Parts: sequence; structure tokens; C-alpha cells
Amino acid sequence: MIMKISKVAQLLNAQVICGEELLDNEVETACGADMMSDVLAFVKDRALLLTGLVNPQVVRTAEMMDIRCIAFVRGKQPNDMIIELAKELSIVLLTTEERLYAACGILYSAGLNPDGGIRS
Amino acid sequence: MSEPLRYTYPVNGDDFMSAGGVSAVVKKTLRELGFDKDIIRRTAIAMYEGEINMVIHANGGVVDVEIYPDRIEVALKDTGPGIADVELAMSDGYSTAPDNVRSLGFGAGMGLPNIKKYSDEMRIETQVGVGTTVYLTIYTKPKA
Ligand SMILES: Nc1ncnc2c1ncn2[C@@H]1O[C@H](COP(=O)(O)OP(=O)(O)OP(=O)(O)O)[C@@H](O)[C@H]1O
Ligand SMILES: [Mg+2]
Repeated sequence: MIMKISKVAQLLNAQVICGEELLDNEVETACGADMMSDVLAFVKDRALLLTGLVNPQVVRTAEMMDIRCIAFVRGKQPNDMIIELAKELSIVLLTTEERLYAACGILYSAGLNPDGGIRS
Repeated sequence: MSEPLRYTYPVNGDDFMSAGGVSAVVKKTLRELGFDKDIIRRTAIAMYEGEINMVIHANGGVVDVEIYPDRIEVALKDTGPGIADVELAMSDGYSTAPDNVRSLGFGAGMGLPNIKKYSDEMRIETQVGVGTTVYLTIYTKPKA
């Protein structure tokens, strides 16, 4: 299933930190992790990254993997340096009060497939 | 026939926050040169893992990138502590990263395995107390 980032934000009740103009872009799958090399082992097109880690390397990791959207969990707020980097790279940043497990569960239940493509 | 395109970049070992900057610049260059998206992504991820290793394990170093008609070659060189047991270091989940590095999201012991996974060829030259060079090659044309 393909999901618009606006829909992801709505399901997670997330605040959009930057990339308001990119919310019509779509994701096909998601990856939830706090270790960046675990994320880097997972390459899929149009993936969303959910993480509780907040530092510039999260955005760099997304950049290397062509990830277009990062959702920070547990209400984490990135600092200006992180936001500027994300803006420069056209990566949408969201923040949700949900915990990582719950946030992943919400998107999974809504049909976002761990492997990309369509889950029946 | 012609000389490869060559680029050399220093990697600052004191600055974790800006680590990955070299890989980002190379990724942009590869995009401008019109390489296939998958090749760019594989090169960028493998380089980024190597660059992060240079910063967290070896206090920085130098990255050389050479672009040949059929391949991209990257050498990540440092003068850090070296790796005593390369086979062990290459195994999934092996890490000597301290807790402060883990709290930054690194130290899963997946970096070297990821470099192997995303590159076509990988080689490590290392000597304890002298330094480490990680060489990786990505072929950009289907092999004849
Ligand atoms: N450039 C280097 N210099 C010295 N030791 C290194 C270097 N690169 C890797 N190592 C050693 O090899 C181990 C494994 O490296 P690897 O990149 O696979 O995992 P990591 O860096 O510990 O964690 P991760 O990459 O998952 O964040 C490291 O913990 C470290 O002991
Ligand atoms: Mg590593």
C-alpha cells in the first residue's frame, strides 16, 4: 500500500516540523530503529523512518538511503541544525507522542507493508 | 584509455555531528554525473558506514574516490588504532563501540557487514597501531 505522508502524519497525530509542502509525497514501507546501521541495512524505495534517536546523523542516514520522511517518536524535537539539514535535503520531519512500537503498529495496521508493495 | 576522475576529501575525526559530509558530497557528485540511482545509493551507504567508522573508531582520515568508465573505487584511510581481528570485526553484531557512541545510534556492529553487502568488492588493510584502509569497488556497468 502506498500512503501519503499527510496520512502518516494524521495517523500518528504528528506535528509537521518541516517539509509542509512535501506532504503529498508517498511512502510504501517503513523502518523503525534507533541504531543507524540497522536502518542502513534496510534499503527499500520510498521508505519512512521512525526513530527515537535525534541527531544530525539520522538525517544523513535518511539522505544516503533516499528516505523522504523521518518521524521522531516520544515527542522528540530536533534542534535547528537538524531541521536546516532536513530542509536542505527536502526531507519531511514529523514528531509524534507515540512510542516507537506503537507508532510502527499504527502504520502497520493501517496497511503500510514492512517489505514495500501490497499487503492483503 | 583516459585517466579516472579523482577526488580526495579529509574526514574530521573530532566532529561527529558533521560526519557523513564527505559521503553526502560524493553522492551529489555521482548524481550530477548521471549514475543510476541504485549505484549511487549503494556507493553512498557503503562510504557513509566507512566514514562513520573513521570518525568513531579512528579519529578521522582521508577518503579517495576514483571514477573509472566501468566502476567506482573508494579508499577510506585512517591512522587510527587498526583492527586486530578483521574476520571478527566483519561479523554481524560485533562492535567495540562504547556506550556514548551507542547513544548516538552507532555501534550495532553492522557497518562493515553493510559495506560488504552494498559494494561489489571490499578489502581491508589494517595494522594495529598504524591504521586501517577500507577499499571498496562498485561496478557501474553490467559485467560483459
Ligand atoms: N576504521 C577503523 N579503525 C579501527 N577499528 C575499526 C574501524 N572500523 C571498524 N573497526 C572495528 O570493527 C568493529 C566493527 O565495525 P562495524 O562498522 O561493523 O561496527 P560498529 O562501527 O561498531 O557499529 P555500527 O557500524 O553498526 O554502527 C568496530 O566496533 C571496531 O572495533
Ligand atoms: Mg561502523
